[in-house]
Amino acid sequence: MVDFWFNYIWPVAWIVIKIVAIVIPVMLSVAYLTLAERKIIGGMQLRKGPNIVGPFGLLQPIADGLKLFLKETIIPSGASRGVFILAPCVTFVLALVAWSVIPFGDGMVLADINVGILFLFAISSLGVYGILMAGWASNSMYAFLGALRSAAQMVSYELAMGFIIITVLMCVGSLNLTDIVMAQKGEYGMLNWFGVLMFPMAVIFFISTLAETNRHPFDMPEAEAELVAGYNVEYSAMAFALFFLGEYANMILMSGMTSVLFLGGWLPPVDIAPFNMIPGPIWFAAKIAFCLFIFIWVRATFPRYRYDQLMRLGWKVFLPLSLAAVVIVASVLVAFDLAPQV
Amino acid sequence: MDDLLLDYLPILIFLGIAIAIAAIAVVGSMIVARQHPDGEKMSAYECGFDAFVDARNKFDVRFYLVAILFIIFDLEVAFLFPWAISLSNVGMLGFWSMMVFLGILTIGFVYEWRKGALEWE
Repeated sequence: MVDFWFNYIWPVAWIVIKIVAIVIPVMLSVAYLTLAERKIIGGMQLRKGPNIVGPFGLLQPIADGLKLFLKETIIPSGASRGVFILAPCVTFVLALVAWSVIPFGDGMVLADINVGILFLFAISSLGVYGILMAGWASNSMYAFLGALRSAAQMVSYELAMGFIIITVLMCVGSLNLTDIVMAQKGEYGMLNWFGVLMFPMAVIFFISTLAETNRHPFDMPEAEAELVAGYNVEYSAMAFALFFLGEYANMILMSGMTSVLFLGGWLPPVDIAPFNMIPGPIWFAAKIAFCLFIFIWVRATFPRYRYDQLMRLGWKVFLPLSLAAVVIVASVLVAFDLAPQV
Repeated sequence: MDDLLLDYLPILIFLGIAIAIAAIAVVGSMIVARQHPDGEKMSAYECGFDAFVDARNKFDVRFYLVAILFIIFDLEVAFLFPWAISLSNVGMLGFWSMMVFLGILTIGFVYEWRKGALEWE
């Protein structure tokens, strides 16, 4: 009995505790990201943003969540009921599960699998399904068009992301996310050769993540002037909230991916006294917050792209550029014998 | 159990917990909130009109084209993954084989570009 407890129950319980320790901060960050977004955009437009509910509007996300929870769940009569309810769940579950391989600090990772980046890439690709299911199941013209646009846009930019990830992998020689972070630990922190060479790739990757998460200036699926709200027009109450949570959790995840791949994850930017005293997870959170701020800044600053411009940028600019990046990086690594030994 | 599979156990448990959270949220909201369905409310949103046509209708063929092109290039990315992490081991032969492969795909890419498959007017 005691044996059974120590061999099976306790390890599983420990895993569950670790999962809860990941899920709760992620959900809280999602809630406060929505508030931060409204506050920052408000500030950029010389408004105050939410400031009524609680001090500085700090309870606003809780009030919003509670309101959505208490609303009526409307399922349109023409919709496929099962798929209609399943779609937001798929988006939400995928946005959460991807966090299982993200390293928050040295050894602070739930599942340190050896194909971490492949897992992340696969999960973020599956995100298309939630949106397509929603658009198809709603049986509404707006939702359907929004879902089609969104799916086409996501797959287009995923190619550029894939090629950029390849360039990073060539310099690292491993698919494990912890290895990818450790490879960026140079003498000068983020200013080592890795960070400098990878800077153009980081820019392409970041813009692709904007498109991948359907954010401004690529928020074509939600173009409220023409498609009302895109694929989630028919959704209400908690089903809508799950879409919303999933989308914002995806934004945080993509910022985390950018941090891990290019900004050195939990490592301090420069490895000297005041900086390397701060624990890793705080650096990681700060880097994610920095990326998220750019997400919001872009939203407040740029006008929306037209759909043809968006597809042209994806297929005619980013795809050839990232393909060229793969060839150039591979050639340099082979020519100067810099490829990491594995 | 296999050690390799044991690495994936936390992900499986995480998946279960995430599904449970999603299910509790949706079902809980349905139980707690008052439901008043009626015909007008349940009809598909179309700016106040009744829907003119079924939404699951014909759509632009270019979305299909994008999907096809995506499959080709995504497969290419999938081929590149193992090559990229073993770049130092595959030697000159491995390097040039991949370059030839990428060259052939680039020719295809140029062809589709010239044919106008990437145009959205």
